[in-house]
Amino acid sequence: MSVDSVFVHKMWNDNELSKMVDGGIPFPMLSDGGGKVGTIYGIYDENAGIETRGRFIIDPDGVIQGYEVLTPPVGRNVSESIRQIQAFQLVRESKGTQATPSGWQPGKMTLKPGPDLVGKVWEVWKTEMAYEK
Amino acid sequence: MGEDVKVGCAMPTGELLGEEGEKNKEEKIIKNTPKEAPMIKVGQKAPDFTAPAYHKGKFTSVKLSDYLGKWIVLCFYPGDFTFV
Repeated sequence: MSVDSVFVHKMWNDNELSKMVDGGIPFPMLSDGGGKVGTIYGIYDENAGIETRGRFIIDPDGVIQGYEVLTPPVGRNVSESIRQIQAFQLVRESKGTQATPSGWQPGKMTLKPGPDLVGKVWEVWKTEMAYEK
Repeated sequence: MGEDVKVGCAMPTGELLGEEGEKNKEEKIIKNTPKEAPMIKVGQKAPDFTAPAYHKGKFTSVKLSDYLGKWIVLCFYPGDFTFV
């Protein structure tokens, strides 16, 4: 979503993005002229008249599980967004019985919060794991 | 409003995702007034909206709550044809 019109979205997709992504952008490109939606999400820059790089992860119940906002010159890390979604999905599927420690990746160890784990995280989780790929 | 009406511009509905109806009626006025809008918080429902869209060669309209039941990634960016 940006403040551009759907007509500009079409030109950008058809003339540039479709050369980067086969078949063009697969998801809807939303238009928010005037920034009304950006404003309620807290990412509209009134002075510049643009929307900053806000990214919101919303679960199937409509609850915002995470967000990230960057100023324009720095792009997002899509892999990190996907990793976060996978982590939130795992937590949801476990009905909150599991949590994903720092650096968690799919297939890696999760934590089962409970009385037995209190003060014992150091035994199962090492700081190097925060940096694992 | 549930029909295929063309939206002229993006508009917050004043509702929260998955909480349509009576409960939010009083808040609705506030939510439709961006300056009074509350801060977004994790763990809380996302504000619903409708917006014009370009999708697979067509001009259409998207309502965020139509995606309830799925994981949604909502991305904002500064502008088409910008470089990043």
